[in-house]
Amino acid sequence: MTEPILKIENVSKRFTRMPGLAERLVGKVVGGGKPVTVHALSDVTLDVAQGEVLGIVGESGCGKSSLGRVVAGIYAPSDGRVTLNGKPVAREHGGNIDKLTTQVQMIHQDPFASLNPRMKVGETLAEGPRYHNIIPARDVAARMRSLLEQVGLEGAYADRLPHQFSGGQRQRVAIARALAMEPEVLVLDEAVASLDVSIQAQVLNLFMDLRRDLGLTALFISHDLSVVRHVCDRVAIMYLGRLVELAPAEALYADPKHPYTAALFASVPTVGTGKRRFETIKGEIPSPINPPSGCAFHPRCPHAGPRCRVEAPRLTEAGQGRTVACHLNDGGVEVAA
Amino acid sequence: MTAALDVQGLTTRFATRGDAVTAVNDVSFSVEKGRILGLVGESGSGKSVTGFSIMGLIDAPGEVSAGRVLVDGADLRGLSDEDMRKMRGSKVAMVFQDPMMTLNPVLRVGDQMAMAVRVHRKMSKNAALEEARRALDTVGIPSPEERLRAYPHQLSGGMRQRVAIAMALLHSPSVIIADEATTALDVSIQGQILAEVRELADETGAAIVWITHDLAVVSSLADDICVMYAGRIVERGTAQQVIEHPRHPYTKGLLESIPALHAPGTPLPQIPGSTPQLSRLPQGCPFRPRCPRASDICTTVPPADTVDGQTVLCHHPLERP
Ligand SMILES: Nc1ncnc2c1ncn2[C@@H]1O[C@H](COP(=O)(O)OP(=O)(O)OP(=O)(O)O)[C@@H](O)[C@H]1O
Ligand SMILES: Nc1ncnc2c1ncn2[C@@H]1O[C@H](COP(=O)(O)OP(=O)(O)O)[C@@H](O)[C@H]1O
Ligand code: SF4
Ligand code: SF4
Ligand SMILES: [Mg+2]
Ligand SMILES: [Mg+2]
Repeated sequence: MTEPILKIENVSKRFTRMPGLAERLVGKVVGGGKPVTVHALSDVTLDVAQGEVLGIVGESGCGKSSLGRVVAGIYAPSDGRVTLNGKPVAREHGGNIDKLTTQVQMIHQDPFASLNPRMKVGETLAEGPRYHNIIPARDVAARMRSLLEQVGLEGAYADRLPHQFSGGQRQRVAIARALAMEPEVLVLDEAVASLDVSIQAQVLNLFMDLRRDLGLTALFISHDLSVVRHVCDRVAIMYLGRLVELAPAEALYADPKHPYTAALFASVPTVGTGKRRFETIKGEIPSPINPPSGCAFHPRCPHAGPRCRVEAPRLTEAGQGRTVACHLNDGGVEVAA
Repeated sequence: MTAALDVQGLTTRFATRGDAVTAVNDVSFSVEKGRILGLVGESGSGKSVTGFSIMGLIDAPGEVSAGRVLVDGADLRGLSDEDMRKMRGSKVAMVFQDPMMTLNPVLRVGDQMAMAVRVHRKMSKNAALEEARRALDTVGIPSPEERLRAYPHQLSGGMRQRVAIAMALLHSPSVIIADEATTALDVSIQGQILAEVRELADETGAAIVWITHDLAVVSSLADDICVMYAGRIVERGTAQQVIEHPRHPYTKGLLESIPALHAPGTPLPQIPGSTPQLSRLPQGCPFRPRCPRASDICTTVPPADTVDGQTVLCHHPLERP
């Protein structure tokens, strides 16, 4: 494998805030009005190689977006570090975050919210590169037109306002805006989630074309397992802020090793399997304010044993370049170490 | 046998600033007791308006301008507002994407469910609470007694949606319409609820219309499927027929664009263009600008239903297998 360009090392991210009314009522929070800590990310370590597309999968609140933002330098990690080509992507001092790189660009779910409604699309595209002197001023207009063409829009669309575009076109504009910064890494956070199926295929095809033509490196965040399988080389499965399984996409889908991954795959409806019964994961997703002891998945896991309630599993090798955080892969669930 | 729900020629229009749009255009389908009909389509295709029209929930500037809605053989259209209100909740019930459309945030779950029971039936509060408890049990809510004492915001999103479904069940309605009821939920919770819904149809005999944009959900849940495009049902058949042998070019295009059916990394077949605006539909077939099978007739003549087991609204449907 080539040397990783992006390194995420032992990253934790905690948010401290005052408890909401609901949380106080539910009694998830002990001590009434004291601030609570959300463990959005706990000790996440990942490498991403040049040209690799890494999928990040998991259910709501498991920390996918937080991870994306830490990588993009929008959040500073509470512990650990993120480096791009050996240099940190953000620095925190006195409660403020300095984003140190323009080399990681993020693309969000809602293509409308992420574009200024009153600014012509060409202006929106040019803003970043102009501010950061990425493109010489006299080349900006031509470059923006060629970017629009690269994402499958007409160059003349530069003069239009966002509301004149459909959802799929706006997502193309958002991709063009990220590319205008000439990033080394793209973070796509549910980038196709709000698109209609027929439009989603268009945007996925565009992403695969760009990836091939530009050699893009990307974190592809999605809750849609079949989309991830289609575009990603490797996939990281997260649960309650932790990485629970990491594997090449093909191997993971053929044989999920972590009980959560397996259960997640089984509970997803698929087209045309004639499957009439859903295998379901029992129970609810626990709160990241007060995660379960030991393995965070143990209250819902069909294989849980005594060890799982007291000891958090470590990520261990599982062959074929895979890692899994489960006691089943590390001595069994019976004895507490 | 009379269908629990029989919709014939339903047409709903909105008159906004001069131009009128036909959001639901001559829609017909029926659902028998204990069966689940999946109503799929992309955003703006008219799924929700169909649901609201059946429930008699279209307000000005909207209007159900034609069609019949028969529930257990009785036409709901033409009922007075008062009589329609009585039908809602008792004979026909709706579940929304956001359960807070149904739930009152300031009342305990048990209190509001008991109230809902007693709107339509005379009984003591305790008896009503017992009905509520049973409904919560039916949708797989653990320790239902406790949940009866909870306020909606004390429950997770998935739990709130189950409560909304339980509310819909209180009067053993003949028809339940669920509009994107699991769309906002996580897959593990969605899986749990879909499993409950399937059982519920089997056990209570309710006819269910499951509205969603997610083909994977309907293909695993529904007995029959209707595909909507630009306000019309363009294809209708059993789930197996529609998923395995789609005959409308749009249905075929939708199914082909699903990544799960292709080798990873390969280009996905895509439907060109974008979803149409109702105020600017082309003449003839509304799918024509995006259709690979279009011919001259499609530009001028709107297709009519071709019925041979599987209904297809197309001049050139794909061959029958
Ligand atoms: N700025 C913030 N302040 C406080 N808590 C936060 C903040 N950002 C995220 N969190 C919390 O951190 C946890 C992880 O959130 P995150 O947005 O990363 O989840 P996610 O996996 O992206 O979920 P989704 O699938 O819903 O987008 C959640 O409990 C969330 O409420
Ligand atoms: N209250 C309304 N006034 C005007 N147009 C409406 C109204 N409600 C829905 N429509 C239009 O009807 C069409 C169908 O909408 P809807 O049934 O909500 O679509 P779906 O549920 O399939 O996404 C859309 O074009 C929408 O803009
Ligand atoms: S560590 Fe135990 S509880 Fe956790 S996933 Fe493995 S078997 Fe299940
Ligand atoms: S009627 Fe013509 S344009 Fe419409 S779907 Fe059929 S072939 Fe395509
Ligand atoms: Mg997120
Ligand atoms: Mg809708």
